Amino acid sequence: MKLAYWMYAGPAHIGTLRVASSFKNVHAIMHAPLGDDYFNVMRSMLERERDFTAATASIVDRHVLARGSQERVVDNILRKDQEEHPDLIILTPTCTSSILQEDLHNFVNRASIISHSNVIFADVDHYQVNEIQAADRTLEQVVRYYLDRCHRQEKWDQFLTDVPSVNIIGIFTLGFHNQHDCRELRRLLRDLDIEINQIIPEGGSVEDLQNLPKAWFNLIPYREVGLMTAVYLNKEYGMPYISIAPMGAVDMAEWIRQIQKNVNTLTLSSSNKRVDYEPYIDGQTRFVSQAAWFSRSIDCQNLTGKETVVFGDTTHAASITKILVQEMGIRVSCAGTYCKHDAEWFKEQIQGFCDEILITDDHAEVGDMIAHMEPSAIFGTQMERHIGKRLDIPCGVISAPVHIQNFPLGYRPFLGYEGTNQIADLIYNSFALGMEDHLLDIFGGHDTKEIISKSLSTDIGLIWNPESRLELSKIPRFAREKVERNTEKFARQKGIETITVEVMYAAKEALNT
Amino acid sequence: MSVKIDETLTVECETGNYHTFCPISCVSWLYQKIEDSFFLVVGTKTCGYFLQNALGVMIFAEPRYAMAELEEGDISAQLNDYEGLKKLCIRIRKDRDPSVIIWIGTCTTEIIKMDLEGMAPKLEWEIGIPILVARANGLDYAFTQGEDTVLAAMAHRCPEPEFSVRERKETIQNFLTFHSRKKEELGEYANHPSLVLFGSLPFNVASQLNLELKRQSIKVSGWLPAQKYTDLPSLGDGVYVCGVHPFLSRTATTLIRREKCQLIGAPFPIGPDGTRAWIEKICPVFGVEPQGLEEREKRIWEGLKDYLDLVHGKSVFFMGDNLLEVSLARFLIRCGMIVHEIGIPYMDKRYQAAELSLLQDTCKKMCVPIPRIVEKPDNSNQIRRIRELQPDLAITGMAHANPLEARGISTKWSVEFTFAQIHGFANARDVLELVTRPLRRQKNLEDLGRTTLVRK
Repeated sequence: MKLAYWMYAGPAHIGTLRVASSFKNVHAIMHAPLGDDYFNVMRSMLERERDFTAATASIVDRHVLARGSQERVVDNILRKDQEEHPDLIILTPTCTSSILQEDLHNFVNRASIISHSNVIFADVDHYQVNEIQAADRTLEQVVRYYLDRCHRQEKWDQFLTDVPSVNIIGIFTLGFHNQHDCRELRRLLRDLDIEINQIIPEGGSVEDLQNLPKAWFNLIPYREVGLMTAVYLNKEYGMPYISIAPMGAVDMAEWIRQIQKNVNTLTLSSSNKRVDYEPYIDGQTRFVSQAAWFSRSIDCQNLTGKETVVFGDTTHAASITKILVQEMGIRVSCAGTYCKHDAEWFKEQIQGFCDEILITDDHAEVGDMIAHMEPSAIFGTQMERHIGKRLDIPCGVISAPVHIQNFPLGYRPFLGYEGTNQIADLIYNSFALGMEDHLLDIFGGHDTKEIISKSLSTDIGLIWNPESRLELSKIPRFAREKVERNTEKFARQKGIETITVEVMYAAKEALNT
Repeated sequence: MSVKIDETLTVECETGNYHTFCPISCVSWLYQKIEDSFFLVVGTKTCGYFLQNALGVMIFAEPRYAMAELEEGDISAQLNDYEGLKKLCIRIRKDRDPSVIIWIGTCTTEIIKMDLEGMAPKLEWEIGIPILVARANGLDYAFTQGEDTVLAAMAHRCPEPEFSVRERKETIQNFLTFHSRKKEELGEYANHPSLVLFGSLPFNVASQLNLELKRQSIKVSGWLPAQKYTDLPSLGDGVYVCGVHPFLSRTATTLIRREKCQLIGAPFPIGPDGTRAWIEKICPVFGVEPQGLEEREKRIWEGLKDYLDLVHGKSVFFMGDNLLEVSLARFLIRCGMIVHEIGIPYMDKRYQAAELSLLQDTCKKMCVPIPRIVEKPDNSNQIRRIRELQPDLAITGMAHANPLEARGISTKWSVEFTFAQIHGFANARDVLELVTRPLRRQKNLEDLGRTTLVRK
């Protein structure tokens, strides 16, 4: 048992639901008590999703507790099957159902005999894995299910595509800037003359999964989710994969070189066309991306040696740390991640780029560290933004968990060459604001003249009695001044001299009329 | 499927596959209401994730609530629950020094049968802070019913009146000569047995209702909950109680059965009609003739005219998730709206009896059929009905709001009614402000001609 106010990664079923709702025509059924379908609210609000989220709950209530779910789960699966005709139904356990220990596998087996849709049981343990790990596992499970099935049916077509092609694995609903990143990757690959075989899970169809092995290799932009699938495809089908995140100019170049290597290795066997992407890298880095020039400009010179703290998921925290240090000459006092399960990789990546490494999922520990370091800027999650607010340190948000403002409508990729521009803006603006703030502080604010009261009220002749004064003080601050003004206006109109609680509410009613 | 509309009041029941908030969300408003409390939710990551996301920015304001997050060891009983909770409560005492710690039991504590009620008194004695237990779990309850479980638990901790009522009347008489303040009060209030109101309301709204009754010279001796845990009202034989929320049936039952209070069954003070009916039910109990209510109600209605013009003749569909639905529907019908369906998670016909009969009267008065009331609704059936009926407004949870808007159905997020100030005469306008907002927005965007924004 531990005391917790806030968590970086959600519970396991959220990960499974994110996989399910990313695919087209896949429905998730949660075995959960009333209120656990909060995922639908998040998706509908954060992503401003226009369609009904394809996740429903098979409600666990008092009766289920006493007698078991019995027919209920199977009925709910069959009902969804008939109403929506999904390709796949994923039965998703929640923390409640994992301790009930009902034989959900059995329900799935029974339902899959009768239903037209395929039915699988998401194999995630609530008390072992978090949202991110569960998403990784579920994606692999779905891919494995469809490839195995295809194998069994022996309608196997294992020829590679004629031209170089890739799968992009790990674009998700509710992922941090995933939609924009995906668009940026498409553009990049088009520039490199590489076809996209499939993008999963976002917008993908499970029926097409059998064609995954036709791609030449796999791209895993975010290592948190998708790596398990890539490893599986590598083991079973010998598909190479690139798990570098193409974030920042240096890693971009490395990513493209790896693509080149893979393309050339596989091309060699069929023809003699070798690709050379070096001129492309050079052109993009110097002229399309402004980041390389930006880091040489005077602006960026002022950032030299400034101290920062970075915290987030492994992919974003590691990449941003490297960008700050090697591309902008900024010092990273501490870099950290909440992905404890992938700590080794993280440490290895940022070795030598920062003074300290913090691996924790306790936000209080992160807060203490920031307070102790007193950096000029923080790059972290929404939590670090709030820590920064409290400590008066500016913060750029670089990683999930995030709020609605991190699902911008405008084009804001973190990956690719356009991503380097976005990141440079983000970093520079965080610092510039901090600097401006600091200068204002030194010179005593924008406006040193005494501020003339906006209030219409004058103190002449109006007395607030103690009760009404108290009542007024209970009104939330943002509305208090308005209430005060309106009440006094009302009192003056009515010729009332002493303001009592009754007068206050009479004023409110009078204003209504 | 056709929609059956009936003259008599019937409550149908569907499958219960509907979307609502988990009842543990009650901590979000209760910790703000009860200033010296601390809420400890004993549950899993799922509960924490819900609170964290549902309460948004509140999380960052050092709230007086936290999760006691159960880990695998707790579930498999390898760890000692009592020691675990003791450690956390001692830390809470050290950091926050609350006057009461409220344990919120969740689905998980139910299933593993953690004996919170058994541990609380023992730990309370050991650490010296009152510990209340409320089982606000999703297995049994929906959304606002969470408050019901907390208040029912709190009712047990209300002090007994020091004297029985009859004795006290005499004592007051005797003390009058010494106590100038008592005399003053006696001039303002009728001499009547004490009245305690139950239901959590923001300070200002509670004080407005107090004033409303004061006008009828009825004194409210206390509220459950009070602003501070240490100010809980006295309850006991001869104390009259009256609810302000429609979802407090357990609390009402506890007050009657355990605390021997007299329940005044009244409609709820939502909307000017509800507020008036509420006062009119309370007054006669204390032998008071209500004064000037008709006038007052009339004036409030007049003040709402601009909004009433907007809503008149428009239709509403309540999908149902917070138990305020019947009262809101009754008010909206009185405003001239047509209600197609009142979805509601749970219907206590006894506790809501007066409200239901006011609904019937209102329908008669406005010459509209009584809407169907659907308990434990099924959201996917409801969405089919909404598509068929094309209501002007669907009052629904956030899970369905955006998808419905994209299909050209105006929606209002139901949770806002729980957090907005909707009680009493003065706040009637706030209810309509919420209800008309989508209608006003729609009017503003009307000329753009893009009401359906999904691909067919």
